[in-house]
Amino acid sequence: MDVTIRVKRQDPEAGDERRLPYWQDYPVTIADNATVLDALIQIREDDDGTLSLRCSCRSAICGSCAVRINGHAGLACKTIANTVVQDGVIAVEPAGVMPVVKDLVVNFDLFWEKIEAVDPYLKHMGQEPEGEYIVSNEAMLHLSGVTACIMCGACVSDCTVLEVDPTFLGPAALAKAYRFTADPRDGDAEGVSMERLWALSEPTGIWDCTRCNECVQACPKGVAPMDRIMAMREQAIQAGYDNNNGARHTDAFTESVGHSGRLDELRLPIKSVGMMNLPALMDYMPVAFRAMRRGKMPPIAHKNVENVDAVRRIFARTQPEPEAAKVSNNSPFG
Amino acid sequence: MPEDLQHDVLIVGAGLAGMRAAIAARAGGADTAIISKVHPVRSHSNAAQGGINAALLDRGDDWEDHAYDTIKGSDFLGDQDAIEVMCRQAGASLIDMEHMGVTFNRDDEGRLGTRAFGGQRRARTFFVGDFTGQALLHVMFEQLIKSGVQRYEEWFVTSLIMEEGRAAGVIALEIRTGELCVIRAKTVIFATGGCGRLFEPSTNALIVTGDGMGLIYNAGGQLMDMEMVQYHPTTLAGSGVLISEAARGEGAYLRDKDGNRFMEKYAPNMMELASRDVVSRAEQTEINGGNGVDGCVYLDCTHLGEALIMEKLIQIREIGIDLAGVDMIKEPIPIRPGMHYIMGGIKTDVNGLTNLSGVYAAGECANVSVHGGNRLGANSLLDTIVFGERAGNHASDAVRNTGFADFDANAALAQERRRIQEMLDRPENGDRWGAIRKDMGDSMNRNVAVFRNEEGIQETLGDLHDLRRRYENVPVQNKGKTFNTDLIFALELGYMLDCADTIAVGALERRESRGAQFRVDYPERNDEEWLHHIVLTKGDGGPQVSELPVVITKWTPEERKY
Ligand SMILES: Cc1cc2nc3c(=O)[nH]c(=O)nc-3n(C[C@H](O)[C@H](O)[C@H](O)COP(=O)(O)OP(=O)(O)OC[C@H]3O[C@@H](n4cnc5c(N)ncnc54)[C@H](O)[C@@H]3O)c2cc1C
Ligand code: SF4
Ligand code: SF4
Ligand code: FES
Repeated sequence: MDVTIRVKRQDPEAGDERRLPYWQDYPVTIADNATVLDALIQIREDDDGTLSLRCSCRSAICGSCAVRINGHAGLACKTIANTVVQDGVIAVEPAGVMPVVKDLVVNFDLFWEKIEAVDPYLKHMGQEPEGEYIVSNEAMLHLSGVTACIMCGACVSDCTVLEVDPTFLGPAALAKAYRFTADPRDGDAEGVSMERLWALSEPTGIWDCTRCNECVQACPKGVAPMDRIMAMREQAIQAGYDNNNGARHTDAFTESVGHSGRLDELRLPIKSVGMMNLPALMDYMPVAFRAMRRGKMPPIAHKNVENVDAVRRIFARTQPEPEAAKVSNNSPFG
Repeated sequence: MPEDLQHDVLIVGAGLAGMRAAIAARAGGADTAIISKVHPVRSHSNAAQGGINAALLDRGDDWEDHAYDTIKGSDFLGDQDAIEVMCRQAGASLIDMEHMGVTFNRDDEGRLGTRAFGGQRRARTFFVGDFTGQALLHVMFEQLIKSGVQRYEEWFVTSLIMEEGRAAGVIALEIRTGELCVIRAKTVIFATGGCGRLFEPSTNALIVTGDGMGLIYNAGGQLMDMEMVQYHPTTLAGSGVLISEAARGEGAYLRDKDGNRFMEKYAPNMMELASRDVVSRAEQTEINGGNGVDGCVYLDCTHLGEALIMEKLIQIREIGIDLAGVDMIKEPIPIRPGMHYIMGGIKTDVNGLTNLSGVYAAGECANVSVHGGNRLGANSLLDTIVFGERAGNHASDAVRNTGFADFDANAALAQERRRIQEMLDRPENGDRWGAIRKDMGDSMNRNVAVFRNEEGIQETLGDLHDLRRRYENVPVQNKGKTFNTDLIFALELGYMLDCADTIAVGALERRESRGAQFRVDYPERNDEEWLHHIVLTKGDGGPQVSELPVVITKWTPEERKY
């Protein structure tokens, strides 16, 4: 396949206008099943050694290669080139929100600061058992949905709040926080992570998300950060942290960010059923969610509208227990 | 750049072995820093899919059983004292990881669940779905954050400094700024991982380039058993990406073009779960005998059922769909043996200490000799954790009563700057590093692979000689300082060539067949002449060969049958 890879480049050291972002076209011939990363590597190896990018595993596991492809964040190594060509061109830009170091390489400092800000390690109050903790397989499988995060930053790149408010903890760090608040081994004997939920309810935390769904779209690993944030809101409310500054802050914020109006249509039925069930939904409907994640659906606004029925149907089918909304970490199903 | 970066213990490499070592050294009270050419969670440990072995006594397992399986798997080339240390420690190390937060799959009682893995008579492989390495690596990074170890992320080590016969520090390039710096250290632990990229294709990530082995080799250290290169039985054609042994552990079959389970002929008892060298050879024999399709045989998971695959093999199913266009729920996947792991590496004792004073190694770059001629699946993660911790402990004890070696940092830095400037100043007309690496990879994969013979290895040695000439003129197109990956690849290629030389020389030297080394011209194992390690050190004309005995405690070498 012949294709032009149009790369947005920038070299801070350059003495001329290349100091500022500019586009460079690379015509390449690649195999039909080649990924965008294969094309970039070919350019770097055979054609232009000055092109800088991060990559390593080539199999969507190391989290190095998040870029924007035709304007949307994703992994270059997980994107088959011929599925994204538009008029013979694929546009590749550095990830958003984080400042560019050079070409496709961005500075992740902000990303990691946010991860560190959520105390990203297990905090068990009380005595560790002698052997392993006894917990259900379901609880571990549920957490695996979040520990699948490869810290690639695609969600952060496209987060509509972070774009305007760098103080927000953002989707990746909040998904990481959920990995602990939903872990039966974290927090008190019941597995409730009170301290975390309190801290996360402060401004910059879970109430600052506008539910724009961009992070869910961008995530190559199905982590669905927004859904985790919604689940933590439920946990926080159960723990007694509602109607606080954080919550009010969100209301104001929601208005200032354009995306959300339409999306609330989607959130409403979900809210009325209880967010804690989302993970269950994902287990029930892997196909629909996978299709969504793999970007096989039309752009965001339409997508949500189109999918509302499907989502409603799923919810109808899952029949939540009355205690579904309770913070119980032993099972993802409530 | 500050002149006086210095730490008691400096760890090079932030994969599982490196981070485990750093956490241990810090806990031991040493001022500890870790340096890595990629962010720690980008390290190659995250590629491990299948799991980690441990004999848990409260489950009726026995560490001696695990040790025996490991020794047999190693074709009796593993050092039994080191294997004993690893297998005894395994249970405690595993529980430590669980306490740190790893989300291991459970059994019905909520205890840690196991899956079967190759070359073992019992299911003792603990796992997190099919992304065990990632799960472990990210938790280890969480603990690293908690420990307060100083991190140098995206710094590339270009040389090891020895002074008065002991470790003095390293020189490293801060990739973001392009600055070269000296970091002084009383002890240096190498945990730089394997060298898979010098083969093409390989299951290994692009960063796995044998840097630590090259650095230590050039500083006078010993490499050992380098000829022992593992070809994994199930890699995808084309990209060479791995389909984990977990698939066979969960019950998948290998079939030839007519659907026959050919392992019946080669390992009637263990079948698909014989050790990796045995299965890879069987596949290659079938493929060479015309029973494959397009150089592949089939991995058949269709009878496992969608539910099991979706719970335990999700990621590898996705890899099959993404990279081969095959859904393993519905169809068998075409696979073939592919380069995967190196058993050989920097020779260490059971505390990780090398022959260079103050220099340690752990993880895949090291060779404590627990894998010998063939590593069992899921023993490598265990190796990184057990020996990473031991090296960290030992190094932090060792620094207590020692000072920093005294050396002229400015002179060392000036010399290194000249070396790198010389590379940048080269004319643009030489072959690019990409082409040289590819030719090296092809040659290694042709002649130093599953089946080897003298003629082929000689050919590759000739190729390597020519490649080194070409390497001496390799141009660096990018002259800038900021994130100059072009320069880094050129430097890495040098380490890869060093490793390739030692692998080929080792393979030529060992005139017998043992473990992963199968010499068509010497098809039998020969304990009388070759039950010893081959050690390689740098000499004027290339690798110098010597030997070391295999440590045998209580398991007498016997014929290996599966
Ligand atoms: C696809 C795949 C699947 C596997 N599955 C399993 C499995 O299921 N079970 C199992 O037990 N094993 C498995 N293995 C093997 C196992 O994953 C590795 O052997 C092990 O993780 C190596 O860990 P490490 O800490 O030694 O090195 P790595 O994780 O490779 O880390 C090396 C570190 O060194 C750093 N580094 C290297 N060079 C430099 C330099 N010059 N300067 C600075 N830093 C440097 C890197 O940045 C990195 O941080 C698998 C391997 C592969 C390839
Ligand atoms: S849903 Fe929330 S966290 Fe996700 S991208 Fe939108 S604002 Fe950011
Ligand atoms: S949540 Fe998804 S998109 Fe965000 S960092 Fe993790 S893997 Fe990447
Ligand atoms: S190269 Fe590792 S995620 Fe793309």
